[in-house]
Amino acid sequence: MIFHHYDKILLFKSKNEMNQFTKSIPIFEEGEATLIQPIDLDGFREHNRKKTKKLVDKRMTEKEAIDKFVKSGDYIGFELYGTVRCPMSLTRELVRSGKTDFRIVGQGVHELDLLFAANMVREIDFTYISLEVYGISDNMRRRVESGDVTKVVEWSNAAITWRFKAASMGIPFIPTRSMLGTDTLKKSSAKVIECPYSNYKVALLPALFVDTGFIHVNRADIHGNCQIDGISGFAFEMSRACKNLIISTEKIVPTEEIREHPDRTIIPYYLVDAVVHAPYGSWPGEMSGMYERDEPHYKMFIEKQKTKEGMDEYMKEWLYAFNDHQSLLDKVGAKRLQELTL
Amino acid sequence: MTQQYSPSELLICLASRVMEDGTTAFIGTGIPMLAASLAQAMHAPNLVPIFEFGGTGAILEKLPLAVGDMRTYNKALAASGICDVMETAQRGFVEFGFLGGAQIDMYGNLNSTVIGNHAHPKVRLPGSGGANDVGSACWRTIAIMIHDKRRFMDKIDFITTPGFLSGPGAREEAGLPRNTGPYRVVTSLGVLGYDDETKRMKLLSVNPGVTVEKVIENTGFELLLAGHITENEPPTAEELRILREHVDPDGLYR
Repeated sequence: MIFHHYDKILLFKSKNEMNQFTKSIPIFEEGEATLIQPIDLDGFREHNRKKTKKLVDKRMTEKEAIDKFVKSGDYIGFELYGTVRCPMSLTRELVRSGKTDFRIVGQGVHELDLLFAANMVREIDFTYISLEVYGISDNMRRRVESGDVTKVVEWSNAAITWRFKAASMGIPFIPTRSMLGTDTLKKSSAKVIECPYSNYKVALLPALFVDTGFIHVNRADIHGNCQIDGISGFAFEMSRACKNLIISTEKIVPTEEIREHPDRTIIPYYLVDAVVHAPYGSWPGEMSGMYERDEPHYKMFIEKQKTKEGMDEYMKEWLYAFNDHQSLLDKVGAKRLQELTL
Repeated sequence: MTQQYSPSELLICLASRVMEDGTTAFIGTGIPMLAASLAQAMHAPNLVPIFEFGGTGAILEKLPLAVGDMRTYNKALAASGICDVMETAQRGFVEFGFLGGAQIDMYGNLNSTVIGNHAHPKVRLPGSGGANDVGSACWRTIAIMIHDKRRFMDKIDFITTPGFLSGPGAREEAGLPRNTGPYRVVTSLGVLGYDDETKRMKLLSVNPGVTVEKVIENTGFELLLAGHITENEPPTAEELRILREHVDPDGLYR
């Protein structure tokens, strides 16, 4: 039995012997990885205290929001997942900004494909990056297997979200029963202890704080009160774990409309730093109740991403060719967008 | 006369038959989605599919392409979020969980993280996603696999998702919920279960035209054999009709 006592490691014959000596909670096992993002609870509180609580107009463009709230080296996060409700207009602008060397939460596929293509990712809290029915992401493979990504830390999907939940609670960790007994835990930063109340072994997951988060929603008012239709994924937890939060929204609605259905508000305004109006902001992905995935375009992307050259062409044609979201939509065309609309 | 069917169609039908009516099943991308949809139309109209990002109790009229898409909460009973469904599993509400992977060992441990060394991978795979949580918290898990020696291995490169870990008592020792673990492996060659005492994988039945020897040859560890090994029924005409006309009319899995 191993016990970490300040900088010493003590060995005991049994748990009882150890408990008698230490009166402390033993750590049975710990993941090898150090935290990609440090935990600073009081710093987070002080940051949140400074955020305005006034109902001010937070509208800006993608470019203004990224200029103001993102810098190279930041820890950034995206919601939701796959091609669903993705903040793609913000992602394209982030790639065009030239900012780089990001640490990321590896969840939310399509945004990350663009970031990998532009070689902007250095460290990943990794849970699942893939193209689902279309197979493994070649953009991800190229960057991880070549060492362009210098650090990969493993987590389960629930673990990542529970880490956000701990941050959203303002606490440093959360105990769970996932990841136990596996190499996923060994390559994480989780620690296994015995519960001091019940004797159950639990994996402690460290709170995960995001420097700047990006979330796309169905509707928001100018202050950043956000409503989401359909599944809410992990928008609730992640939005509360972000130091800075940039929202893109399909529709800007009057605050009165928010007040008519306050039960639908997943993200209240005080969490939000920037509100970006982005109709079809998840294109070529889908948006609950509004439009479907652009399957022919996505299939074309799937083919292109198989080689670096193909992906470079895709980026040139579908990202670098534009200065803003509207000019991209113009290229897609009103007719095509109408066909996708539900 | 037996109709022709593809290897994928056989896997879908076998997985579908394992699903029971009136219970909950955590459904991942791909074959489990088709199997759940087929099961709802055949023998399990009250099967409650649960999807990772919040869809609970959808009626699977159109095949979802992703575990977060709109079809995962089509006419559903609830559309919540990932915390809700994962915590529901952690509280013991989810009976079945479906899993896949690049490698599996005799205790049902699965690798979907990396081929080769973690620091310098030969192939970086998609990662755990919800698989580790499903393998930790669902009562009974069912893996769906292509059956060959590169996948059924004595020692897998990485344990992403816990099976019985190192054998009897190992899950409990690690702290995983009691009485949980691998239940079936549905493969391109047959259906396997686990020995109650040793927790090792055991061949229960073979697919049409497959011999026991062929299964052994394609397994990289010593396989236990059930006392009476049966042959699985091929897909019925009714299963194939529903699969082709309703579940997967676009033929994505044919």
